[in-house]
Amino acid sequence: MTNNNKSQDKSQDKSKLASVMGGTLNWVDARFPLTSNIKAHLTEYYAPKNFNFWYFFGSLALLVLVLQILTGIFLTMHYKPDAELAFGSVEYIMRDVPWGWLIRYMHSTGASMFFVVVYLHMFRGIIYGSYRNPRELIWLFGVAIFLALMGEAFFGYLLPWGQMSYWGAQVIVNLFSAIPFIGPDVSEWLRGDYLVSDATLNRFFAFHVIALPFVLVGLVVAHLIALHEVGSNNPDGVEIKKHKDKATGIPLDGIPFHPYYTVKDMVGVAAFLIVFSAILFFAPEMGGYFLEANNFVPADPLKTPAHIAPVWYFTPYYSILRAVPPILNSQFPGVAAMGLSVVAFAFLPWLDRSPVKSIRQRGSLYKGWLAAFVVSFLILGYLGTVPSNVWGQFGAWMGGADRATVVARFFTVVYFLFFILMPWYTKKDKTKPVPERVTG
Amino acid sequence: MSDNQNDKQQAGSQTSGCSQVDQDKRNFLIATSAVGALGCAAVAVPFVKSMTPSERAKAAGAPVEVDISKIQPGTMLTAEWRGQPVWIINRTEEMTAELSKHNQDLSDPASDVTSQQPEYCKNETRSIKPSIAVVVGICTHLGCSPSEKMSRGGDMGENWTGGFFCPCHGSKFDLAGRVFKGSPAPINLVVPPHKYLSDNTLLIGVDTEDKA
Repeated sequence: MTNNNKSQDKSQDKSKLASVMGGTLNWVDARFPLTSNIKAHLTEYYAPKNFNFWYFFGSLALLVLVLQILTGIFLTMHYKPDAELAFGSVEYIMRDVPWGWLIRYMHSTGASMFFVVVYLHMFRGIIYGSYRNPRELIWLFGVAIFLALMGEAFFGYLLPWGQMSYWGAQVIVNLFSAIPFIGPDVSEWLRGDYLVSDATLNRFFAFHVIALPFVLVGLVVAHLIALHEVGSNNPDGVEIKKHKDKATGIPLDGIPFHPYYTVKDMVGVAAFLIVFSAILFFAPEMGGYFLEANNFVPADPLKTPAHIAPVWYFTPYYSILRAVPPILNSQFPGVAAMGLSVVAFAFLPWLDRSPVKSIRQRGSLYKGWLAAFVVSFLILGYLGTVPSNVWGQFGAWMGGADRATVVARFFTVVYFLFFILMPWYTKKDKTKPVPERVTG
Repeated sequence: MSDNQNDKQQAGSQTSGCSQVDQDKRNFLIATSAVGALGCAAVAVPFVKSMTPSERAKAAGAPVEVDISKIQPGTMLTAEWRGQPVWIINRTEEMTAELSKHNQDLSDPASDVTSQQPEYCKNETRSIKPSIAVVVGICTHLGCSPSEKMSRGGDMGENWTGGFFCPCHGSKFDLAGRVFKGSPAPINLVVPPHKYLSDNTLLIGVDTEDKA
């Protein structure tokens, strides 16, 4: 596209082709805000000039979303959402459909990579305070995207109708029956049967391929609209709109998203695709972490596999669920704790009382709590992948409790303290002054 | 009514134009919106209801007959009833004797939660015959099927006296399906309604009181 989009002056040296293109563009612009949108969101959308590698993950998440939708469309051409046929149809895709294995592995690896980039994207938001005023809504849309993504992953995981699919769905649907009073009816309604069955598989397919993707795409659009309304945060936590060029009104520390960040993001895309392909071609099951061994056994409603665990991206919350003991003969507290551990992120904008946004100006108190949270998240994540008796039992002095369960309880408490104590330690923290301009 | 309203609107517009609220018009809009919302809610009912178990799913719940003659003492058999695993455990005398010895470690040793077993199984062994336990093999936590750990010790630790271990969240049950304290599962496993048609034939899904 040339600079003279509007092409009002018909100067002599302009080629005929350019004038035809310009004419077409004028025709479109009179009927649809094409040029103005390209300007508003790309060529004249000014982003802070000091983005670092942490800023790759938003655009990578968008890339993975597109990949998942694309590969998903092709998988639905061969997949059968029927309890009798589902397992076989996935094997058929893997063995008989030309390139089916590639498309299926792209989709299954894509699911895990989606969570990898989304977790890194969320962590970026946390360390640079991207959820703080005025970006609370961007963050809330983001949390909603995260929830929708978890739902999407969960519904999708039932579709191969393997043992892990089946029992995973059984557990997650039963989480709802822990809700007092209405719970059992809710989970029966979700399943459409008294146990996970063909009816459940059929509706999960509907949720996975049509309902949630719509929600997801809608939320991503809202996330981006909100982002472009207030502008991006940056590693310094400086508002670049405070210092604008007097003549043009352009932020002094801003550069146009296109071409600067589109080109930068292409580097990120290249690096990502190298990693993605390496996993895809050399370790698509990732040693059982991306695709679990038990899922290569057809679903059997009468036998739970000896060791069941969710896929890695759910394990921190699963550990929390497992760690909380029943209170007053009800498993609801554990379920509530698990739900809260996910939803807790939504409260960050209001829990953080620090005068600064970015970790660059924060003191050691905040950094200590953040480190404790990250360690808790990782340890809970690890423990969620192994049985609760993995480390054996304590002696009689601890009532013979499983060691891993006690450790999980400790880190569950740390996990929640990160959120609960945040108003206190962010206020008490010794912060450095925020620079006027970005530091580059 | 609409005539009346038009009259009033004209009267209102003569005085102060758009700054004045036409209360009749507003009431009309609120009322029609409310009726519209009710209509939408009513239309949602069939969609919500369509997701409940179908007639076919409801019909698939007949009682099942099981021959228990081949279950050796100290072993078990899994039958299917309403799509769920039902364990029939043939306990040895040593196993039944053990049941009364660890009451202090159980959440509900006397089976006081009435929803978990029929009245005729609210006893020491939670069974009709002391040796034969009939239990739905679905964990009361989140619905996994616990693994059989009937022998002593092993990977369950040296104090383990036999029972079941749920692989999903680590709940532990004894050989009467009673839950050990500290498990995520809140209550004992369900004993389904059942009765003996003969010494060796068990019918699962029908109460002794029911006519069959």
